[in-house]
Amino acid sequence: MKPTKVTNSIRALRFAHGEMKQADLAAAIGVTRQTLIAVEQGRYSPSLEVAFKIARVFGVSLEEVFQYPEEEEL
Amino acid sequence: MAFEEKRAWALAIIAIVGYAVYVVLVLNGTAGRPLVEAPYAGAMLWTILFGIVAGIVSGIWFGIAARNDGLQADERDREIGRFGDHIGQSFIAIGGVSAMALAIFEAPYFWIANVLYLCFVLSAVLGSLAKIAFYRRGMP
Repeated sequence: MKPTKVTNSIRALRFAHGEMKQADLAAAIGVTRQTLIAVEQGRYSPSLEVAFKIARVFGVSLEEVFQYPEEEEL
Repeated sequence: MAFEEKRAWALAIIAIVGYAVYVVLVLNGTAGRPLVEAPYAGAMLWTILFGIVAGIVSGIWFGIAARNDGLQADERDREIGRFGDHIGQSFIAIGGVSAMALAIFEAPYFWIANVLYLCFVLSAVLGSLAKIAFYRRGMP
């Protein structure tokens, strides 16, 4: 099964924000820790709503959290 | 492991164990007679009841064990649940069509009941395995 092509910087952002724990971020955005781990590892693309919540927790834009490769890179 | 993944494992194991017990009971009940004459209704009803009760008890057990873990299910769990159920339900349709064909050809009740039961079990097992695969490897 092909994992999602969406990549993310959640891990780096967590460490840049006082080494925020996965459990704390998961609670802040309303998902389980297992789901946050799956998102971080690129095994699950969250809904747009959850994506915005993650960006809001870190105070950055959506594209600073999630990246999608250009067509020629796919 | 996610709460719903644990439940998927439990349901798959319960379905397999329940059906294995049923098969052993029916085969032991043949007592030298043809399989189609073996008493099966009691064993079938009891193992179905066992499956339902075991499913409820395991759900309560996992719920109690995870009572301090906060949120137990979210959008990913619901999505995986829907996908898994959708895959498992294919066997419900296969079972229904097979039972209908057997009824049309006036097959013994034994085979009609057993093809339905087997497809229910396969539906539960396949649906649970699909959910586990989605949890482990990601959604398609």
